[in-house]
Amino acid sequence: MLTLRLYMLQRITALLMAPLVLGHIGVMIYAVQGGLSAAEILGRTQGSVFWFSFYGLFVLAVSVHAAIGLRTILHEVTGLSGRLLMFFTWGTALGLSVLGMRAILAVTFLTRGVS
Amino acid sequence: MNEVEKTRPVSVWRGEGEVGQFETYDVPAYDNQTVLDVVSHIQHYIDPSLSYRFACRVGMCGSCAMMVNGEPRWTCRTHVNKVAGQDVLEIAPLRILPVIKDLATNMDPFFDKWVKAEAVHHSSASRDEEMMVVLPDDAERKKADAGIECINCAVCYAACDTVAGNADYLGPAALQRAWTLYNDARDAGKQTILEAVSGAGGCHNCHAQGGCSHYCPNELNPMQAIAGLKQATTRAMLKGKL
Repeated sequence: MLTLRLYMLQRITALLMAPLVLGHIGVMIYAVQGGLSAAEILGRTQGSVFWFSFYGLFVLAVSVHAAIGLRTILHEVTGLSGRLLMFFTWGTALGLSVLGMRAILAVTFLTRGVS
Repeated sequence: MNEVEKTRPVSVWRGEGEVGQFETYDVPAYDNQTVLDVVSHIQHYIDPSLSYRFACRVGMCGSCAMMVNGEPRWTCRTHVNKVAGQDVLEIAPLRILPVIKDLATNMDPFFDKWVKAEAVHHSSASRDEEMMVVLPDDAERKKADAGIECINCAVCYAACDTVAGNADYLGPAALQRAWTLYNDARDAGKQTILEAVSGAGGCHNCHAQGGCSHYCPNELNPMQAIAGLKQATTRAMLKGKL
């Protein structure tokens, strides 16, 4: 069920995620140790193209990587294949993208009553 | 002769196709007895209707592989004393392959995948041309040499959990042969091989669990061959050739 194209997509997204994970962990440590409040964090992320791109890329890489991985597991465990497997793969990728992008937009470009 | 003949209970899979059950036979226990000796004893002296497959009895032909206490093995080269820890010996047909009867499996899916993987020679010269000189020290030749002792016994195939979960997966033996041919200077089908192992059942499905290399009775390393194919296909893709 894993063609060369899917295999490469999964490897490339893994390569992308490795530095992003380290960056994310670094940011978390910095935010927690510095004792930043939610408002202070939002002050840094609101309107920031950098943080939107950083986490936007992260979400896209996760969505592609996880969808391909779950597709393989589902096929090997249940034998599901064909169109149903394709719907599952795209559904997982789109679902994760929507959830992730919604969260990123909320802390970068959507302002909604957080003070 | 022994005054009291020692026997050992042996549990053997009996049945046709998917339907069957284990039946227990008391078989005389000797030193230096192989699992194939046990199966042969049952067929010669207890139940002549027992079906199984073997030929050379010395680990050259690759016909007698079966599941012995849950692990794929050549029965002709497996000593009973080494595997029957608590006097339990269970013999079943090779896993994954469809059973014809008793201990004999249908090997067609296994061999069909060799052809699907293009693990067949693609000739590069006619009989009228000079024989190509292949030096044993050549780097490509060494890679091919590492896998050419495969005798198609399907032990690695039965050991592979990826084949168990993904019926389309070509499996370690076919992919290893494809890799040896890919590294054979006389083979003209390198691109054909790379295309054949890059599809839905191709080498990229391997999870590198290593069951194939662990159980190969010839101590070959199909997992490494598959890793070689992954590398070669990746390079070809990056160069726009796949």
